[in-house]
Amino acid sequence: MSGELRVNGARAALVAIAALVALAATLPGCRGNGAAPVTLRFWAMGREGEVVQELVRDFERENPGIRVIVQQMPWTAAHEKLLTAHVGDSTPDIAQLGNTWIPEFAALHAIEPLGSWLEGSTAVPESAFFRGIWATNVIDGTPYGVPWYVDTRVLFYRKDLLARAGYATVPQRWDEWVQSMEAVARLGGKGHYAILLPTNEYTPWTIFGLQTGSPLLSPDGTRGDFSGPEYRRAAAFYLDVFRRHLAPAVPGQLMMNVHQEFERGTFAMYITGPWQLGEFSRRLSPAMQSSWETAPLPGPDGPGVSVAGGSSLVLFRSSRHKPEGWKLIEFLSRPEQQLRFFRSTGDLPARRETWRDTALTSPPHMRAFADQLDRVVPTPMVPEWEQISVALQDCVETMVLGAKAPDSALAGLDRDVDRMLEKRRWMLERARRAHAEAR
Amino acid sequence: MRQSRAAWVFLAPALGLIGLFFAVPVIAGLFLSLTDYDLYAIGDVANARWVGVGNYVRILGDPLFWKSLGNTFYFVLVGGPLSAAVSLVAALLVSARRTRLQPFFRSAFFVPVVTTLVAVSIVWRYLYHPHYGLVDWALGRIGLPPIDWLGDPRWAMPAIIGLSVWKNFGYNMLIFVAGLQSIPEEVHEAARLDGAGWWPRFVHITMPSLGPTFLFVGITTMLNQFQMFAEPYVMTQGGPLRSTTSVVLLMYEEGFRWWRMGLAAAIAFVLFVIMLAGTLVQLRLQRGREA
Repeated sequence: MSGELRVNGARAALVAIAALVALAATLPGCRGNGAAPVTLRFWAMGREGEVVQELVRDFERENPGIRVIVQQMPWTAAHEKLLTAHVGDSTPDIAQLGNTWIPEFAALHAIEPLGSWLEGSTAVPESAFFRGIWATNVIDGTPYGVPWYVDTRVLFYRKDLLARAGYATVPQRWDEWVQSMEAVARLGGKGHYAILLPTNEYTPWTIFGLQTGSPLLSPDGTRGDFSGPEYRRAAAFYLDVFRRHLAPAVPGQLMMNVHQEFERGTFAMYITGPWQLGEFSRRLSPAMQSSWETAPLPGPDGPGVSVAGGSSLVLFRSSRHKPEGWKLIEFLSRPEQQLRFFRSTGDLPARRETWRDTALTSPPHMRAFADQLDRVVPTPMVPEWEQISVALQDCVETMVLGAKAPDSALAGLDRDVDRMLEKRRWMLERARRAHAEAR
Repeated sequence: MRQSRAAWVFLAPALGLIGLFFAVPVIAGLFLSLTDYDLYAIGDVANARWVGVGNYVRILGDPLFWKSLGNTFYFVLVGGPLSAAVSLVAALLVSARRTRLQPFFRSAFFVPVVTTLVAVSIVWRYLYHPHYGLVDWALGRIGLPPIDWLGDPRWAMPAIIGLSVWKNFGYNMLIFVAGLQSIPEEVHEAARLDGAGWWPRFVHITMPSLGPTFLFVGITTMLNQFQMFAEPYVMTQGGPLRSTTSVVLLMYEEGFRWWRMGLAAAIAFVLFVIMLAGTLVQLRLQRGREA
């Protein structure tokens, strides 16, 4: 009956995950018998999991002694599945991991520190990767993952509307940027805005904070720093954009079709990531294709930073085939494989030399990304970060809808964040005490 | 003595299963709710701390918990009776002698119950859309301003209740239909011969005869409503401004999104106590009426 369905929805999902995990655990058992080659289990998400199958076949041809079984999982279930697998002792040998999840899986002792593997290898030099992206894989000086592809946010905008308002490009300083928004919104008239900043997304609010140089959390990641002067400056900026009605104060999910509204000119700018490149060329009408462009994000005093996102490849501690797993990571990190991967997924390569290829230099929409990737910063590297960013999003929603004054809302946010980090403070304190006693 | 031993032997398999699959998890859950078992503890059990009633204190001091409890009560107290009333009306309609195609309507009304909520929610999100939605179009036709159903904190819960009533009334309708069929036709006939109209017959014959059905529907509906989860989970994710966050959704977020299992277990126990109290009150009310 309906009530049982309600609870059983969640329960069924768990059971399904457990079943998949169990299945995954048995697969190598039935395939890798006798003198058969080593079997690697590789979990990858969404479209990447589909495309990587081809790449892996070439790896197998190069390494006849290794078989790779790629298991694809949907992004929405991946986090739960990986955690459940860890608890159930059935993690794969290697996996794709969203780089914001790395602190969490490192805290769980689920993934292998890669220091010694990197030292013994020439195929994966740190200097070949974008610095901000590499940093998302390093916790307290120890690298835990190798960047596979990168993600960052830039500004997608309507070139024609900005040109009509008298702007050939997007101004790169906040004050001038707001002026350009004013001009665009004035031209559009009632029901038209300059920019879409959906209040049900949390990334923009983090980015604006990173741009003003806010640490977001205290240095050791044990307390919130949202009521500090840097973050207050960021909040004052984006709340001003809403107050001037340059952005619609509605949750983004209700803007049912972002692409349709973008084409209609309901808004002229949108902060989003590389996955929208394909969507924009597919969903906007052919006539619109020459009218949109991408730009690096403006900042408070000139070009601003953006967030360092993407996925990394990690080895699991419990794997019995780490050398083979590392070989696969080296293979997938090769510039030519990165390029191939880009061609079939559109995921941006994490290695710089790949970006010299014409496939990446010639499309005009790609330039903003190439430029922005030199200015990307990781979000605080604590397992609680996602939860904190959701709390930030809730806080921004109340400020935008005018339910709370910014200063008291941000102070309240800090109190909430401090509570979320209480366990972390206790653990750090305990480690410090143990360290002192050992001396 | 021997007889009672035999009874125990026969009961043992069932009791064993209940013990294994009900009592043990419940006791484990209670134990869990007294610790701060979380992500760090999954990594290393030494990171779990015994916090006593700390989780309960924290929940009761959390404005979000009270907000979600308020939302849940809103859903229970408005959605529950509304759902039961719609079910009863639908049951009367599909049982009325003059209604044609009775089996067709019964099945049609039951279809939403067995349809996947995720599929349904996509359609309903279009219905509720402020610009292109059918609901606001209809409001416009009768001269009312459009409502941003899922985006306005005041209207999101009514919108969720609307979806939930539509989705679930078919189930209770069938139970009411069964209840209506068990009322002997002779009683109605006798009343008709005495000159009783439709309304007096409904009030004095149908309603009292449906007493046990009402009790069953009332309790099961209330228990279901208290466990409100899937509708806000797929429609609004608890927003806007947390206006549709229910206790179970909060528990899910704490447990399976943030992996604070101890806190989630404590929320489950608080909800359990509230639901138990609700059930006892209903039983008492119904018994009082019968006496």
